[in-house]
Amino acid sequence: MQDASRRQFLKTAGAAAVAGAALPAASAPLPAPAAKAGTGARDAYVFFNPQEARFIEAAVARLIPLDDIGPGAREVGVQNYLDKQLGGAWGAGERLYRSGPWKEGMPSQGYQLPYTPAELFRTALRAVDDDVQKQKGKRFDALPPAEQDAYLTLLQKGGKDLGGVPSAVFFESLLGMTIEGYFSDPVYGGNRDMLAWKMIGFPGAYAGYYHLVDQHGIKFEREPMSLAEGVRGDVHVDPDIPADGVYHDGHGAAPTGGDHDAPRGGGRS
Amino acid sequence: MATRLPEVDAVCLGVGLVGTLLGRELTRAGLKVVGLERGPPRHTVPDFQGPQMHDELRYAVRKALMQDNTKETVTFRNNAGQTALPIRRWESFLPGTGLGGSMVHWNGQTYRFQDTDFRMRSHSIERYGEKFIAPDLAIQDWGVTAAELEPHYDRFEYLLGTSGKAGNLKGRKQDGGNPFEDPRSRDYPTPPMKEPYGSAMFRKAAAELGYHPFPQPSSNLSQPYTNPEGVSLKACMFCGYCERFGCEHYAKSTPQTILLPILEKEKNFELRTGCQITRIHLDHSGRHATGVSYVDASGREFEQPARLFIMGMYALNNVRMLLLSGIGKPYDPKTRSGVVGRNYAYQTMSAPKVFFDRSININPFMRSGANGTLIADFVSDNFDHGPHGFVGGAYIGEVMTNGRPIEFHPTPSGTPAWGSAWKKAVVEHYNHTSVMSVHGSSVSTVYNYLDLDPTYKDAWGLPLLRMTFDFHDNDLKMSAFITEKAVEIGKAMGARQVEGTPRKGPYTITQYQTTHNTGGTVMGSDPTTSVVNPWLQSWDVPNLFVIGASNFPQNASYNPTNTVGALALRAAEAIVTRYLKNPGPLVST
Repeated sequence: MQDASRRQFLKTAGAAAVAGAALPAASAPLPAPAAKAGTGARDAYVFFNPQEARFIEAAVARLIPLDDIGPGAREVGVQNYLDKQLGGAWGAGERLYRSGPWKEGMPSQGYQLPYTPAELFRTALRAVDDDVQKQKGKRFDALPPAEQDAYLTLLQKGGKDLGGVPSAVFFESLLGMTIEGYFSDPVYGGNRDMLAWKMIGFPGAYAGYYHLVDQHGIKFEREPMSLAEGVRGDVHVDPDIPADGVYHDGHGAAPTGGDHDAPRGGGRS
Repeated sequence: MATRLPEVDAVCLGVGLVGTLLGRELTRAGLKVVGLERGPPRHTVPDFQGPQMHDELRYAVRKALMQDNTKETVTFRNNAGQTALPIRRWESFLPGTGLGGSMVHWNGQTYRFQDTDFRMRSHSIERYGEKFIAPDLAIQDWGVTAAELEPHYDRFEYLLGTSGKAGNLKGRKQDGGNPFEDPRSRDYPTPPMKEPYGSAMFRKAAAELGYHPFPQPSSNLSQPYTNPEGVSLKACMFCGYCERFGCEHYAKSTPQTILLPILEKEKNFELRTGCQITRIHLDHSGRHATGVSYVDASGREFEQPARLFIMGMYALNNVRMLLLSGIGKPYDPKTRSGVVGRNYAYQTMSAPKVFFDRSININPFMRSGANGTLIADFVSDNFDHGPHGFVGGAYIGEVMTNGRPIEFHPTPSGTPAWGSAWKKAVVEHYNHTSVMSVHGSSVSTVYNYLDLDPTYKDAWGLPLLRMTFDFHDNDLKMSAFITEKAVEIGKAMGARQVEGTPRKGPYTITQYQTTHNTGGTVMGSDPTTSVVNPWLQSWDVPNLFVIGASNFPQNASYNPTNTVGALALRAAEAIVTRYLKNPGPLVST
């Protein structure tokens, strides 16, 4: 049933160019949907090894599942987001104070482990894989969804030692980054085709809503805008006027740089 | 070996709001001024432009404009019995870095503190008696009154172009403004901003309950404006990327949009970026500063001699630089003596959620950093504290700033943190929830203070600042009382459900609250309880002025920036009209 709904989603999302016509059985890892040309979101991992990737793909699909409300984390490429972040500066400890001594501290003192995000994931993922195999005799991605959920809940509750990483810390990082990948701009590899934004009605990177803010309760139905579109995107009251960065102020187009007079016209003329 | 540079008239330590204001006033008075800024140069074009600036992950979540924790952070503990540990990533508060300082990423909420705030101790005693103030509170008077500060608030607001509606013009109450404000000499330079939907519902509900709603004073401007310096700003576009971001629209008043274009052209002002100041040097007497040491971005060491020093770093860094330089006696909580690091305070926040039916589109993304509607009925001493047993207060407002979904996806309590039920709740509430702000004061206590950490160091090998802080019962009581009032307003807004949790202890650095860190270089009339005199001049080293929110003896209900600006302009006036003519203490001891 899960696969049926995923297949339906892939079809309706116009991203059905999956290797092989039929989707594999539930016990096998699902191939990822191919990305729209130019958005680069196909699952070609730079950080995760194949074993880690199978866990991540399965786990994010449980944290934010595909259902009749909208796409899950897996369908919008959150696994790619995680891979790029952990393989890049963030994974290496960007903006993280990394001098010892290392002490556990009080909860109010925040994160106090010596691991970078990349080290934390690598350590915890290895321990999770060992633990699940020992307990269940198979890998996480081969478990039925209910058992996957139960195992994730166990990690969330804490108390499990994942090779030195407290399971609650790992779970919190995994969930936090999953939500980041789901709702961040598609340029980071998740939120493919801005599907998560469309689901909740967030318009993305538009330059402003001066003309709409006092139209109380208006339903905003314009397509969201990504950073990748490279325009400023001022939104006008009239849906026929595109949010294309061209200023309809009667003085022709102005370049970016804010040398415009606001509030501008461009209403219903 | 440090390179010793030729002496200049004055050095600004930090080029944020304070460095920009003082740089302008001192060069106008004919002084040759060097501005030392640790971070990079930044300008509206090209650094803050869309669409790249509208990136929640990079700027709001990963905090690209903030001080880099890998180089410099703060250690923290709740009380002196604990071991402080480094804040390895910012969460609770976000010190900025770079030209323009933290004001680049502020929200533009522009309030005046009330006279009762400036006289918090004496006023509380007058109205409620000495015993009303808990014995472990260190609240004290500022040594300045609202009337004395009014001309400077006025000047600063006209520099910013602040949008708002006066509630009290020269003693005459004005409809539609804040009826609790102290007299102002003229109205705001620009009219209030457009009122978003949730704020309009708040206005109606608050008025029906007998409160006095008014538009939030905003330095995201309602219309184009040219300030007295001849610098022009534009109108806010309500893009929803304000705090934690630079403004692409020239609409948020920041050093870049109000004054830097003038200062950067000034021949007597030299800006040096990428300069990490390590110490202020004193002469043999220990009462006269002679120069500052700094390390530039390529690691070279310099000493810059000068005759006058203006310290305008982030509040916490002002305190640290005095401690690193051995200026002033550090506060000791055991003996309750010493002044540097004393009276650290914060802000006591809560954020009730107002859940509406799905037919109500709140459109949280059509917002600005400072827009909306609030009440001051519970601010400061605007209500009788007698029955309640606490001092201080909070404003309640529907002043949402954004709907950026990584961080804003409100769900009712009891919703699972993940899975289909979480997703369903996010979709159901994302565009149909309003979040209120209960923005509360923070008392100073004998326990909360700042000093140097004995263990952890910055990238230059110098001790980090150590923060010892927890909420006092006084403030938790305040938060409980006023959060309940906010929930009542939320219910009157026609909500399906309102959830308001008051602030609870212990204070945690893991959750964003505000970047309103105050105290540590407190101003006052008594050198045994303050670091600087009412003109922000160091009691110990008269050719050093220390300016910022670090001057606040405790924090008031309102956001601090307008008061920092007004105090800075008042200090600048004292320096130019009095100090330069006769360098020495402006207040005798």
